[in-house]
Amino acid sequence: MSAAGDSSPVRQGPVAVRFSDVDFSYGPVPVLSSVSFHVHESEFVALVGPNGAGKTTVLKLLLGLERPRSGTIELFGRPQRAGLPLIGYVPQHASYDPAFPVQVREVVRMGRIRPFGFRRSREDELCVQEALERVEIADLADRSYSALSGGQRRRVLVARALASRPKMLILDEPTANMDSESEERLFATLGALKGNTTVLIVTHDSGFVSSLTDVVLCVGDRSSAEKGRTVVRHRTEPVAGLPPELYGGKAVRVRHDENLPDSWCCKGDHS
Amino acid sequence: MIAAFFSALTDPANSFLRNALLAGLLSSVLFGVLGSIVTVKRIAGLAGAISHAVLGGIGMALYLSASGLVPGMRPMTGAILFAVLAAFIIGLVTLRSKQREDTVINAIWAVGMSVGVLFMAKTPGYIDPNSYLFGNILLVSSGDLWLLGILDVLVILAVVFFYPQLEASSFDEEFARVRGIRTDAVFLALLSVTAVAVVLLQTFVGLVMVIAMLTLPAGTAGAFARNLAGMMFFGTLFSIIFTVSGLALSWSLDAPSGALVVVIAGTVFLLQAAIQLIVKRARKKDARK
Repeated sequence: MSAAGDSSPVRQGPVAVRFSDVDFSYGPVPVLSSVSFHVHESEFVALVGPNGAGKTTVLKLLLGLERPRSGTIELFGRPQRAGLPLIGYVPQHASYDPAFPVQVREVVRMGRIRPFGFRRSREDELCVQEALERVEIADLADRSYSALSGGQRRRVLVARALASRPKMLILDEPTANMDSESEERLFATLGALKGNTTVLIVTHDSGFVSSLTDVVLCVGDRSSAEKGRTVVRHRTEPVAGLPPELYGGKAVRVRHDENLPDSWCCKGDHS
Repeated sequence: MIAAFFSALTDPANSFLRNALLAGLLSSVLFGVLGSIVTVKRIAGLAGAISHAVLGGIGMALYLSASGLVPGMRPMTGAILFAVLAAFIIGLVTLRSKQREDTVINAIWAVGMSVGVLFMAKTPGYIDPNSYLFGNILLVSSGDLWLLGILDVLVILAVVFFYPQLEASSFDEEFARVRGIRTDAVFLALLSVTAVAVVLLQTFVGLVMVIAMLTLPAGTAGAFARNLAGMMFFGTLFSIIFTVSGLALSWSLDAPSGALVVVIAGTVFLLQAAIQLIVKRARKKDARK
């Protein structure tokens, strides 16, 4: 396994996510212009950028919640629709009504939901239990979701995403408003997934990222004034003397002055 | 008082009272089950707009039939027409626009009612809108009971077969969509069922107070239920208690039953909320010690 700061192209596994020339606009306002990037399976990716740059839009496009005006999005080499069931999504927070009575286990079960059908299989229950244990909340399973702390709730949402045994986990600002203990536990869970599951973290904190990160994608550079923003790849480098508790462990610096071409990691693998 | 009510129930001359009780029981299923979904899905405001707009349909039907333009048109027909139309517009606006939906929803609420008032004013003969606004349990026909019964069965079946999808899309719509659930379809179906339910339920508590009964029993149940299914069960149970006691009280006090049912439901809800608040404060104090 290569260190995060290593800039040599090493990963040539199958592609998990591929954006090809994706344009997107809200009405007449261009938001994204010719966005092309890809992520390999089992990579750990940070999608960074300042607030308002379009990170959320990239996320929504990736999750099929918005449609691109032009260009294509592929997941695991399949059309997006077919690839979506392989993705586990962890939103910043569930926009639920605090008066909604629901227990933690029931929330995690929602991760196994299918478009139709109401029966739960033995496998469903097994996966739910496994997900609860993975994020260390098995002891909270029978508690009421609304009685949990913010950090605990976030971990429940991680468990909900893991319950479908996804090939890729996508987390939106996972550490926002999180206490440091929950954050440490979250990164321990993610560290254990690294290597088997593709992980994509969306974060506005663009100076430094967790040292688990293999690739940094940055939303925010405009190719010209009339066009929308695009996504570029940045190099990371190790940095000494950062307080580890801030980033759930060791962190690395993002070199915003150095852009890498999209084909950087795939030399000799032009498919 | 209660004994007098029950002996009156068995009196063969009081078939209207038995109809009223049956309407209350059948309505309770919708108040509890549909009301729980309306509450957790946070569409009570939309349901309120639909129920008020229905007055426009009732007024239109009364006018058309009295003026001979559409002889024999029943108020229920106009009501269903307006309810579905209002649901359709509200559904479209909510799904399409990310803003201004409040304005449109309030406009439908107010314009619907105004259209009703205008039609009724121009209808030959005197019409008392009160029985539509506040319900008139004495006017419940056996046809109404059948319709309520059929809707009860449909709603229960839909909830049994689509419980996980309903629960997930109420809890976190975005996540449900990512998991491939057609949340738009769920929302539109729910809105249509609510629209039809509002029309059938108005005979019992009236258009103005339907929304109270779709939220208060479910809200009371939600305070201690452990999940959505429990909320539906206890919501129905509370509704039964509220409607039966409201009817009994209205019989002995000779007062409007719909208003009494709502007053009882509201009082219990507020008491429950106050108790919850006191318990929470006490726990916080204990935690600080």
